[in-house]
Amino acid sequence: MSLAKRIIPCLDCENGRVVKGVKFLDIRDAGDPVEVSKRYCEQGADEITFLDITASHEDRDTTVHTVEQIASQVFIPLTVGGGIRTLEDIRLMLNAGADKVAINTSAVINPDFVKEAAERFGSQCIVVAIDAKQVSEPDTDPRWEIFTHGGRKATGLEAIAWAKRMVEYGAGEILLTSMDRDGTKQGFDLALNRAISEAISVPVIASGGVGNLQHLVDGITEGKVDAVLAASIFHFGEFSIPQAKEYMKQHGICVR
Amino acid sequence: MNRVVVIDYGMGNLHSVGKALEHLDKNISLSITDNPTLIREADRLIFPGVGAIRDCMKEIRRHKIDILLNEARTEKPILGICVGMQAMMEFSEENNGVDCLGLFPGSVNGFKTGMHDENGDTLKVPHMGWNKVRQSMKHPMWNKIEDESRFYFVHSYFVTPDTKKQNSALVAGETEYPDTFCSALAAENIFAVQFHPEKSQDCGLQLLDNFLSWDGKS
Repeated sequence: MSLAKRIIPCLDCENGRVVKGVKFLDIRDAGDPVEVSKRYCEQGADEITFLDITASHEDRDTTVHTVEQIASQVFIPLTVGGGIRTLEDIRLMLNAGADKVAINTSAVINPDFVKEAAERFGSQCIVVAIDAKQVSEPDTDPRWEIFTHGGRKATGLEAIAWAKRMVEYGAGEILLTSMDRDGTKQGFDLALNRAISEAISVPVIASGGVGNLQHLVDGITEGKVDAVLAASIFHFGEFSIPQAKEYMKQHGICVR
Repeated sequence: MNRVVVIDYGMGNLHSVGKALEHLDKNISLSITDNPTLIREADRLIFPGVGAIRDCMKEIRRHKIDILLNEARTEKPILGICVGMQAMMEFSEENNGVDCLGLFPGSVNGFKTGMHDENGDTLKVPHMGWNKVRQSMKHPMWNKIEDESRFYFVHSYFVTPDTKKQNSALVAGETEYPDTFCSALAAENIFAVQFHPEKSQDCGLQLLDNFLSWDGKS
């Protein structure tokens, strides 16, 4: 198969700066999402995901401005997420140059929002972000539920059924984050990723838990996902995107 | 001055195409519009499209883009992108069947669900991501682009040109998912691509750059 598996660096931004720390050699660039995006693009990133974690109304203009800046210099797909609540929010981001928007909490509060968004703008630009946490006891069949508000708020929604429903409503892609693994560096929740990826027809992006390059490989081969998203391993300079691609290639994965 | 119009019929996001063209920093005058005068006066046209074909065709007809494209098809270089390419065919099987512009003989067909790769893994629809384009012919639009370069795709339908009929377009590029489909078409001054050059980094920018200097001859 010649379709490449995608590597997607994720920029968590607050007030127009990349947070979670960025440690590049050139200190002057540290934290500027435009410079960071350009660098990742030059290194061969397949897409960029920009998550606005302030998501307050006052900072909206900053985000729109940053997205405009990135989009006028980076010619690979750009997904923008964080605080997408209305069709107007989506229009604003697409007009600023985003190619896709990621909808998370708003999809849970009002699932029809995903339907309306897909009908209005096309499924190709609607990514539904799912934060899932395992709720089953050890040694029982695994069960994951959806959480919102950065994993603090339980919804009682079962993850696989939720993902299927979101695809039915027009999601063109699912960005799947394991709350259990996020920030742990223990690797993706492979069972979760595999269960969702095999249950739905659209591409799945695995997120949460990457600590080394083998984790990226495992996500593709065991988790059966179509793309892998990571932040800290790239931000902190532990690994570069070319290194990640080379490693994946050596392990038989088709990369660009 | 090179007058370039990105045809805007209200479907989807044309800002990426505009930004990519501006980035190329040519001496161009760029308009993103449905204005008939500007379209008629343009030196070259870009005809993009996203979303479902029924809505696209409805808007194309409502904005009278069908008439303008018919006029332009023998006059100036035209670049069709994604659903823009699909709309050029006679018929699409999307949305239970939709008649399209019929600039070229052939149809638009959907990827089947339940396709598998060589490892037995299910292939997702839409076909989304970076895939190789094999250049099936020499063409000025492929200048300085290596054969089998990767471009960014996102689509669930693809064109199947009927190359035996009169007035047919030629297959200019092919891609596999998992079967071979036509990812680029060429016919006189029209070139159309299923992928998104504006999102395909260096190769995509090169293709757009080629378009800006293309005289419409193959």
